Amino acid sequence: MPTRRRALYILAALLGLALLSLLIALGAGSVPVSAADVIGALGGERDGLAVEVIRGLRLPRALAAFACGGLLALAGALMQVLLRNPLADPYVLGISGGASVGALSAMLAGLSLALMNIAAFAGALAAMLLVFGLAHGDSSWTRTRLLLTGVIVASGCGATVALILSITPEDGLRGMLFWLMGDLAHAASPWLALIVLALGLVATLPFARELNLLARGDTLAHALGVSVNQVKRGIYVLASLLTAVAVTTAGSIGFIGLVVPHLVRLAMIRMGWGNDQRLLLPASVLAGGSLLVLADTLARTVVAPQQLPVGVLTALLGVPVFLILLGRQANERQ
Amino acid sequence: MNASDPAMETPVLEAMQLEVSIGGHQVCRNLDWRVGSGESWAILGRNGAGKSTLLSTLAGLRAQQGGRLNVAGLPLPQASRGAGARAMARARGFLSQHQMDPFASTVMETVLVGRHPHLGRWDWESAADHRLASAALDEVDLGGFAEREVQSLSGGERQRLAVALLLAQEPQLFLLDEPLTHLDLSHQVSVMNLFARRATSGAAIVAVLHDPGFAARYCRQALLLFGDGEWMAGPAAEVITAKHLSRLYGHPLHEVQVDGRRWFVPR
Repeated sequence: MPTRRRALYILAALLGLALLSLLIALGAGSVPVSAADVIGALGGERDGLAVEVIRGLRLPRALAAFACGGLLALAGALMQVLLRNPLADPYVLGISGGASVGALSAMLAGLSLALMNIAAFAGALAAMLLVFGLAHGDSSWTRTRLLLTGVIVASGCGATVALILSITPEDGLRGMLFWLMGDLAHAASPWLALIVLALGLVATLPFARELNLLARGDTLAHALGVSVNQVKRGIYVLASLLTAVAVTTAGSIGFIGLVVPHLVRLAMIRMGWGNDQRLLLPASVLAGGSLLVLADTLARTVVAPQQLPVGVLTALLGVPVFLILLGRQANERQ
Repeated sequence: MNASDPAMETPVLEAMQLEVSIGGHQVCRNLDWRVGSGESWAILGRNGAGKSTLLSTLAGLRAQQGGRLNVAGLPLPQASRGAGARAMARARGFLSQHQMDPFASTVMETVLVGRHPHLGRWDWESAADHRLASAALDEVDLGGFAEREVQSLSGGERQRLAVALLLAQEPQLFLLDEPLTHLDLSHQVSVMNLFARRATSGAAIVAVLHDPGFAARYCRQALLLFGDGEWMAGPAAEVITAKHLSRLYGHPLHEVQVDGRRWFVPR
């Protein structure tokens, strides 16, 4: 179990990693820039092509990537506590399904980017309210009921998405597929996502010890003084909003929300710090953000000038890392 | 009677005309019952009589169907929800029947969870909390287990770990649902002794037990639940008798004396 001081050291190290990933993202790309250009652009002193590229294109995109990675990792960590299941991710209860239906419907209707974002957010909220209303039913909030409702709503959304794809003319399909796989090329402004990420973290950290108890079961948590139903409702609404903002910004980027909290937890357990949400939540935000920044930098440079959907890269990179860690853990147990 | 009379102090637990039922089955009807500090009660009854249901009602984890219930002077179930929930967790501790933990955790982390109601929102566990947790582990004979993975423990070790967590919680009222589950005989005796010591130093114990011999040996009072809403409460010597137990379990029992202790064997 970490002490408060050690937790702060770990978070400071992860913050350094996050800044490094942002610098890499600013430096890498088809227009070559020097370290001096990056520093100058951030200092706001110089003009020129490099500065314009960095400030106008790379910085907003890198910040959006960081915000989305952080949002998804935080939402995933919260969902894993809420459902008491290490396999839960932000999309398991149908939030991304709702957003996909909204976004793709807007694309099919030929609406503008801004309207598409609004439609995606509205779709995510509609899915969240639908699951919330149905699962709330007898106010008992059992996990099975919540999970079942979420999975059914998600599969309904999946069918609707398939329907939209099948009636869309050929030339519209590529944009839709990129959106579904997650893509930061159209991330307009990072500020909303960054602010929501900061607010989400500030809202959850005071309750981190309550979340530790909730992960151990409702009866124990209630007996030790956690207002179980209120906290569960709070986690659900918050995790859904975080996911909705992330999906609206960059489409359904897979893998980050499932695997980053899981990787951070595995690393913490290997170091003997246990599954402590007080460290896990902020560490997941920083790790998730950094990972998506790096993945997006690769996505736009590997086959430049062609761009890959970043969601494909996060999965291709993350799956082997995850399997190796899981395998090593299993070996040590024996 | 005057104010210093112990009977006039606020009881740790007080039930007035309490009605509890589950799934249409009545557990107790018009239960009037007081548990004072230093008392140790056994709850006895058949399978399905509603012992666990009553106990979780007493802990404020489910609402009663009627009547009033106070723990440490606070009304339940209201006081176990919202802002007062942590104060209630300092007043009463609840040992439930075992649950699996899906996330990995060490023994020490698990015991420290019991300190939650004593810590402020931004507090981390202090050195004093760690000492308390270690002492609790020593008391249940898990002294060298602090860094062990919970998932590698046996059933009996996990049960003792749950007892240690409850000790670290330091409540005034211990509500124990079958505290002897999975324990071997020697640990059954040491766990019952440990709670008896807590009662001697002023805590109150309410334990659901299956062995009337253990109940007669370690508890000074007993509450019998007959399964049809009828109940009987009083000193163990008067309530735990072969006659009452035969009616309670629906099977004839007789009493034997060994070394001055009463045990009950089925005929």
